[in-house]
Amino acid sequence: MSLRDQSGPFFGEYGGRFMPESLIAAIDELAAAYEAARNDPEFQAELAELHRSYSGRPSIITEVPRFAQHAGGARVILKREDLNHTGSHKINNVLGQALLTRRIGKTRVIAETGAGQHGVATATAAALFGLECRIYMGEVDTKRQALNVARMRLLGAEVVPVTTGSRTLKDAINEAYREWVTSVETTNYVFGTAAGPHPFPAMVRDFQKIIGEEARAQVLELTGGLPDAVVACVGGGSNAIGIFHAFLDDADVALYGFEAAGDGVDTERHAASIERGRPGVLHGARSYLLQDDDGQTLESHSISAGLDYPGVGPEHAHLADIGRAQYLPATDAEAMEALRLLSRTEGIIPAIESAHALAGALRLGRELGPDAVILVNLSGRGDKDVATAGRYFGLFDDGAVQE
Amino acid sequence: MIHVADTIAARREAGGGALIGYLPVGFPDLDTSVEAAVALVENGVDALELGVPYSDPVMDGLAIQRATQAALSAGFRLRDVFTAVERIRARVDAPVLVMTYWNPVVQYGVERFAVTLRDAGGAGLITPDITPDSADEWIATSDTTGLERVFLAAPSSSDERLRATVAASRGFVYAVSTMGITGARQDVDAAARRLVARLREAGAENACVGIGISTAAQVTEVLEYGDGAIVGSALVSALADGGVPEVARVAAALAAGARAPHAH
Repeated sequence: MSLRDQSGPFFGEYGGRFMPESLIAAIDELAAAYEAARNDPEFQAELAELHRSYSGRPSIITEVPRFAQHAGGARVILKREDLNHTGSHKINNVLGQALLTRRIGKTRVIAETGAGQHGVATATAAALFGLECRIYMGEVDTKRQALNVARMRLLGAEVVPVTTGSRTLKDAINEAYREWVTSVETTNYVFGTAAGPHPFPAMVRDFQKIIGEEARAQVLELTGGLPDAVVACVGGGSNAIGIFHAFLDDADVALYGFEAAGDGVDTERHAASIERGRPGVLHGARSYLLQDDDGQTLESHSISAGLDYPGVGPEHAHLADIGRAQYLPATDAEAMEALRLLSRTEGIIPAIESAHALAGALRLGRELGPDAVILVNLSGRGDKDVATAGRYFGLFDDGAVQE
Repeated sequence: MIHVADTIAARREAGGGALIGYLPVGFPDLDTSVEAAVALVENGVDALELGVPYSDPVMDGLAIQRATQAALSAGFRLRDVFTAVERIRARVDAPVLVMTYWNPVVQYGVERFAVTLRDAGGAGLITPDITPDSADEWIATSDTTGLERVFLAAPSSSDERLRATVAASRGFVYAVSTMGITGARQDVDAAARRLVARLREAGAENACVGIGISTAAQVTEVLEYGDGAIVGSALVSALADGGVPEVARVAAALAAGARAPHAH
């Protein structure tokens, strides 16, 4: 079977559906609705029209030669998901899930968010479709991504700061599950990444695969061939699986996912689930997981709220095991340096998440040499991260900015 | 080995239903959690459900979350569960089920966990985040070890899923009283009565009702149609607020509800 055709519930030995019985009926309903929708030309046409006229697809590709001088002279091409409406790839998935919500007749959506990009995208789609919307966000993240909290509220969503556990994305997911159990009759859970129980990993990937399909054709047209490497950042892994998917069966295209290494994978402060985790069950799926000997989930760390998650989507776990994709760490410092470099050389401020992929591209370019063509998924723009970057690089005039 | 199924059968013969009490291991510390569990049985609780503190307890409300988080912060380790079961069973003659999310069992090793639990005197497992269709390894292991396996049934479960859940369960089926997480509620949902009736139609011999039960009157009401009533948050809150004496007092009051003349 083609690697592109895998549809869950399992990817190799990863995935599945480890969930409370109370939620199984809703998940079954969603899986059935999705199965019907993916084969329904009307649904696909409606989604395609939303992409075209609302979120701005196809997104362009941009070659970045001044940046590439720092990558051993390899050609570096960015897929510009940062130019989408709401500023990241998240809108691709959310528009699909919002259409599904309407199909199954539910009037309300809930979602979790880390950096806030998925929350903003969900709040946006909810406004567009006239759905009630509540977003769960770790209290730590509401502080480091205050701008996105304000955006969600402007869009009419209720933002609930989560104060349990590590107060980050993992706990926001727990809280969203808890509420879903209670409100499942009226409410659809719009999951933000290619993780969680079946059908989410396959469904989110399918809504994101447009990234790779567009990019593959665009790079072919620009260069006359396929890229040598495709690079993306990996937290839960939705932007990465989205761009990888079109290339899975192209054996000559190397796929690289860069996980958040935080202070370094040899410290306790990182989010490198594949590099430093081992298989376990969290949030409904079996996958690589940062955990202690007793199976308690460990707290992850990354300067990027969007990558600060101790698990990873099951399809990535499988691709890592079979060697089809390589997953490497990039530290906070490497990502921030890449962020500054892209800003200064090309006039593009990337999201800190995406800067991990850029850091990876710099490293890979030096290894692969000047003949290589490297496609990088620029999954989001850096507006939301300006406060973090400003503090990191000491760019604020004294007293000008309050925490 | 004492099984919950036998305890429920004995209560039924006596003309009533079983009271099942939940407490997490290691809250506020291991010794006190053992004392509290013993006190439950000494004050009329028929069977124990010992919770394994876990970092991501998606089915639990705030009272239990706070307690299990405190246990983890105080240094709870998975092996403490077996120690607790052994010490409780040495002192009281009641079946002890362990309620655990799935990942700790997977990491310990499903078979190793089962054998260790059985050797400690445990009766079986309640598994809130796996359903029979995701539980092949546990079903096989519980068959070879003779442990009971309690799966959950929800008001939203289809008839087909209820039949599969009844077929897979040993000991009892845990009937989730309402669509929600653990925690005391004013009214135990009418959905519970309906769910138990559907479970009987699906062939369930023992259906025990949990989630939202916190008073003696609710216990009495639930035992009109269920084989057991499961109380958790109310006991955990009592332990948090007033220690072992208070949890003993609350257990005795609940047990009075279970022994009320019109129950069952």
